[in-house]
Amino acid sequence: MPHSAALEPIQHINVKLFALAPAPEGILDAAIPVFHRWIQEGACPELLIDVADYRHVPDGPGVILIGHEANYSLDCEGGRLGLLYNRKTRSDGSFEQRLRFSYERALQAAQLLEREQEFAGILKFDPACLEVVVNDRLLAPNTEETWRLLQPHVQSVFREVLGERALALDWASADPRERFRVRVDASAASREPKTAA
Amino acid sequence: MKASNHLWRERLAAEMPPQLAREIDVFESELTLRKQGKIEEKVFAETRLRRGCYGQRYDNGQRHDGIAARTLRYPSGELTKGPNTLWDAPGMQRIKVPFGGLNARQLEVLAELAEEYADGIAHVTTRQDFQLHFVHIEDTPAIMRRLAAVGITTREACGNSVRNVTGCPLAGVCRDEVFDVTPYAKACAYFLLGHPDCQDFGRKFKISFSGCRDKPCALARIHDIGLVAAARMEDGRLRRGFEVYVGGGLGPVPYQAKLFTEFLPVEELLPTAQAIARIFARLGEKKNRNRARLKFLVERLGIDEFRRLVAEERAALPHDPAWTSYLPEAERFEEKPSRSPSRLVPLESSNGGGFARWTATNVYRQRQPGYVTVTVRLPLGDITAHQLRKLADAARRYTPEAVRTTVEQNIVLRWVSEADLPALYEELKQAKLAAPGAGTIADITACPGTDTCKLGISASRGLARELERRFQQAGETLDHAARSLRIKISGCFNSCGQHHVADLGFYGVSRNKYNYTVPHFQVVLGGQWSENGGAYGLAVAAVPSKRIPEAVDRITKKFLAERSDGETFQQYVKRTGKAALKQALEDLMEVPPHEVDASYYTDWGDAREFTTEDIGVGECAGEVVSSADFQLAASEREVFEAQLLLDRGEVKAAAKLALEAMLHGARALLNLPQNAAVEDQVVVDEFRRQFYDTQLFFDPFVGGTFANHFFRAWESRNEPPTPDGVRRLVSEAQLFIDACHSCRGRTAAGAAKR
Repeated sequence: MPHSAALEPIQHINVKLFALAPAPEGILDAAIPVFHRWIQEGACPELLIDVADYRHVPDGPGVILIGHEANYSLDCEGGRLGLLYNRKTRSDGSFEQRLRFSYERALQAAQLLEREQEFAGILKFDPACLEVVVNDRLLAPNTEETWRLLQPHVQSVFREVLGERALALDWASADPRERFRVRVDASAASREPKTAA
Repeated sequence: MKASNHLWRERLAAEMPPQLAREIDVFESELTLRKQGKIEEKVFAETRLRRGCYGQRYDNGQRHDGIAARTLRYPSGELTKGPNTLWDAPGMQRIKVPFGGLNARQLEVLAELAEEYADGIAHVTTRQDFQLHFVHIEDTPAIMRRLAAVGITTREACGNSVRNVTGCPLAGVCRDEVFDVTPYAKACAYFLLGHPDCQDFGRKFKISFSGCRDKPCALARIHDIGLVAAARMEDGRLRRGFEVYVGGGLGPVPYQAKLFTEFLPVEELLPTAQAIARIFARLGEKKNRNRARLKFLVERLGIDEFRRLVAEERAALPHDPAWTSYLPEAERFEEKPSRSPSRLVPLESSNGGGFARWTATNVYRQRQPGYVTVTVRLPLGDITAHQLRKLADAARRYTPEAVRTTVEQNIVLRWVSEADLPALYEELKQAKLAAPGAGTIADITACPGTDTCKLGISASRGLARELERRFQQAGETLDHAARSLRIKISGCFNSCGQHHVADLGFYGVSRNKYNYTVPHFQVVLGGQWSENGGAYGLAVAAVPSKRIPEAVDRITKKFLAERSDGETFQQYVKRTGKAALKQALEDLMEVPPHEVDASYYTDWGDAREFTTEDIGVGECAGEVVSSADFQLAASEREVFEAQLLLDRGEVKAAAKLALEAMLHGARALLNLPQNAAVEDQVVVDEFRRQFYDTQLFFDPFVGGTFANHFFRAWESRNEPPTPDGVRRLVSEAQLFIDACHSCRGRTAAGAAKR
């Protein structure tokens, strides 16, 4: 299949920005009132619907702000706390534009969370250390072929967004049952990412 | 919603059974026709329910955000998927798992679906199903196709149909069973699936299979048909059969199933189930949904007449070879292990304290020497996609992929060779699936409640979460007698959390305090889990939600301090009496004013001020206690005392007091001064005129049902009471009084708004 034809259908690109340093115990508790407040205030561009509480699940989804177009969550999957943007409806543009869109939404939410009084001084995210997951196994199976297809585009987006310094891309290839997942680490890069806005 | 939805049909064409594939194609067409407005919304609603596509809270597009009721403006606008159910609103997909049986590949597919279409979690229900939450209706055909490709159908998971056929998770390995019920449960499930005689029910229909009478694993007595394995010698041959119970059910008012027959030969299992289905379809209530379960039909007819009708129906049935064609294989059915047997002596020998604690509660020695069944305890029945994959790995490595879900919302791995236990434990520990305490007080069952259910009144999961957290902190300090208690929590009176059969049961209610609506739970004590759900508890007191943990603590401490040697909790409750237990909780029932402690006015895990209606808060903070509140308090006291009379066998007095309690509740709503000389008939008539005919009293889900309890109690006041009848009357009186509270809260807030 031609390169662009294979790329074009890929949607539902999730981005998780990792929190810096281990977070204090009980940090998820604060997410509940914060996310309820975000619904009241319409804090995100998406239609925000409800808050789902999974604090009891170890290394689980944490606390999720359920939206129609996307969910935002303080997520603990893999034992690592982060702000996860889970894109549920289609995004416009090319693959690179969709990836950048998801990254920017994740970043905006992360920055908003950092400014909330409940998290002031105790929660900080690393905008240059993140994970990209394509949440659709049929369109992007966890294979070498997908990696070869997407790697240059992921690299291109984060070179532009995070600066020209060393950028490490690591494909989580161990389990073919998993979704396609790439860890992006430019921690040595500029901490001021370039966003479209 | 998902970009790949349209691709799965072709991708999985060769893997789906043709019949299932066709059904899903039809459903997908119906979806399209509904979007075009060519199928009526009510019809589409029943269609999707019969495919397990359920609604969720706020799917009418309205949600109170803690400040005000807001409209959720979905892109699809006013397009609906059922009456008052918006198209784009997130829903729930229920996935049937007959007798709870799954293999490794099925676990993996569930993991994929949880990640791609839901919130990353697969939830095990109290009927051994799986549920996925926050699913879009347009994703459901793809979900169904992916499930069909691994042999799972969602057909008739909801709706007026035969629901998931449940079965003992230890069937085939249990030390106490009469025989392995697995092949019979499976045959029943697939024989009745889509059967023409099961398409015209007025309500749902639930069947369960137990391997023995004493253990509760499949709760035969709370089902429409409960089957308990039995055997008898005939002509020198051991003949398999079932002790059959019919007409059980929980819901707002629980009914114990009646014994239909002591022995039904296996050859008669399917034709009898079919005959019962036909009777239910023909004679069951269809208009009034709240009286449409089989239990009401059995009650109306009486068990003898019901039996006669079924026998007559059975005799008239045209023969179906499917009734018996499965039997030779069922006789021979035997699950085989994948690894050789071995002993680990003692069972908790190695790996230190954690392993010892885990084996003490989570490991069951099978009747086959050298093998154990391991329970994976899931917090609130939830498991992540990653954990599902790890479980699939473990199932492949250590078992013949013999995995079952349980009605206690856990998962078991069968046929584990004992010597493999330490390695399995380490793997489960890595995956955070090695929580000890299965089947103990820390292993709490809770329905979804206000998290996602439209009917939820109080936060059953939030409360369960808090209690589990506290028990985890308490660790091993709890006495064994307390640790063996069972807690079950329902978000409302519909008892999906099975609170009636718990030692400590709770169901969500609300109370009006200082013109606020405050979340509470009714404390239900003395239910019997053993003997297949052998007896139901009764409500003791309504305690504010935020004080339930203290109530649990107090009741368990009291039990430990006062119990006699070897006395069970149920025996203790009976001996102590509910009056004394209520007294022990009385101070916990107090609610401070909002300005003193606002935490009472939110529920567990929810930052919003509690509400059951989309209304604002009144301004009568200065009011002390009104006449109406006095009368409602009197009605609460009277219904409680009616329970005590019933416990003492004073049936006639209990019936009289239960009715008086209801009359007091009605007087309270009518704002009659205390002791006003108004005749009871006038009270009934005025209540009907002012609250029933106007529908002011109506509950959003059950409509006028609770008022009808009152009217029925009044009309039958001169009939000779029976113990069963009065037991139900007392339960109905409690529901009526709860509804009086709700109604009073609504009318008071409405008056304040004006």
